[in-house]
Amino acid sequence: MPNIRYDGQIYSLRDGQSVLECLTEHGASVPFGCRAGICQACLMRAEVGRPPEASQKGLKPTLKAKNYFLACICNPEETLSVSLPGNELSRTPATIVGMELLNAEIMQVSLKAHEQIEYRAGQFINLYQGENLARSYSVASLPTEDPHIHIHVRRVPQGKVSNWVHDALRPGDTIDIQGPGGDCYYLPGSPEQGLLLIGTGSGLAPLYGVVRDALAQGHIGPIRLFHGSRTPNGLYLTDKLRELTRAYSNFEYTACLSGSHVSKEFASGRVHQIALNEVPNLTGWRVFLCGHPEMVKAAQKKAFLAGASMKDIVCDAFTSV
Amino acid sequence: MSQSLFEKLGGEAAVDAAVDIFYRKVLSDDRIAHFFESVDMEAQAAKQKAFLTMAFGGPHHYSGLDMRRGHAHLVKNGLNDAHFDAVMENLAATMQELKVPEELIAEAAAIAESTRNDVLGR
Repeated sequence: MPNIRYDGQIYSLRDGQSVLECLTEHGASVPFGCRAGICQACLMRAEVGRPPEASQKGLKPTLKAKNYFLACICNPEETLSVSLPGNELSRTPATIVGMELLNAEIMQVSLKAHEQIEYRAGQFINLYQGENLARSYSVASLPTEDPHIHIHVRRVPQGKVSNWVHDALRPGDTIDIQGPGGDCYYLPGSPEQGLLLIGTGSGLAPLYGVVRDALAQGHIGPIRLFHGSRTPNGLYLTDKLRELTRAYSNFEYTACLSGSHVSKEFASGRVHQIALNEVPNLTGWRVFLCGHPEMVKAAQKKAFLAGASMKDIVCDAFTSV
Repeated sequence: MSQSLFEKLGGEAAVDAAVDIFYRKVLSDDRIAHFFESVDMEAQAAKQKAFLTMAFGGPHHYSGLDMRRGHAHLVKNGLNDAHFDAVMENLAATMQELKVPEELIAEAAAIAESTRNDVLGR
């Protein structure tokens, strides 16, 4: 059985255990977030030994070459000596400068990072509750237009961090953030390309950022945004989005409700099905899918079959831990 | 100077052009789509790319044993000649869509066909 050496201690790895599970079981203090290999909060480096390639999923080539890996998905075959990443990947304190409820369950938190963070609208940042508990939140703000970083935090039933954000945090508080991460952002260079954006719940946050980024960069191709919820209570930013449709003729916004008794101002049905019925041929389009993991997975397949190239389908599944 | 099949077909660029088309056909083919009910489409697409590279006579890391092991769980679930034939059809159709000359399609088909017994665990 391989061992994990960390911070001067040696831990024996049980069969099938990930490095993260092993370290936390023994009380070692290491950060983590989604435990699904996406948020990268559990990024560590193998100083001795080579982490399996599967544990380096999503890392840039330079990090892979330096034997960085994600502890939550690392099941090594050999003993590794591991350490937390150095300063270049560390956290920055940020002060909360504003908090605004956008609907009953979604809080917009505006953050001023103490050190400038370079990000693109739609990427995510990791927010830390205490030393080690991280959650990823997508950024809805546009660095060229908004002085502060805006994230949308949806209150998740029994959610440790989201309930803390809603109920305990106040403007003036300082918390640690890390990032940005992810590929969910506008790529300039194809101003006439069709953009299809489909989101559920707070998945609207990155999409709102991407839409404004595209428009600000002069995108002239069709931009179709579909936001889905079960009931009207789950929608938000509806006024701002309608304003954008009036200001830009190539931008269309459709609110979709999947529950029953849907009034005529909304589209009725599941958001990705409505979207794909409205835009049945996605050849050459770029597709952004954000929110409920089942919607993202189903929509990815449908979008691909509708002609979108695999590399043009950007998936950001919002997992609840 | 004689070119390899892979070079004649257009090398990696040809594979890239073919992957999306081939994978779409496979996912839409009711005879075999259920074998591809994969959680991770991107990982699947990478495997399709590796398969096409091999079928086009390109550099690859598959051995007969890899093909055997890789498909063993599918064989347990009923993978048979008819399914293999369906994949061969989709491969040919993909190449026809890309306007590949018939003789080259036949060469690629022969390479793919040579894996039948390994894939089906015979």
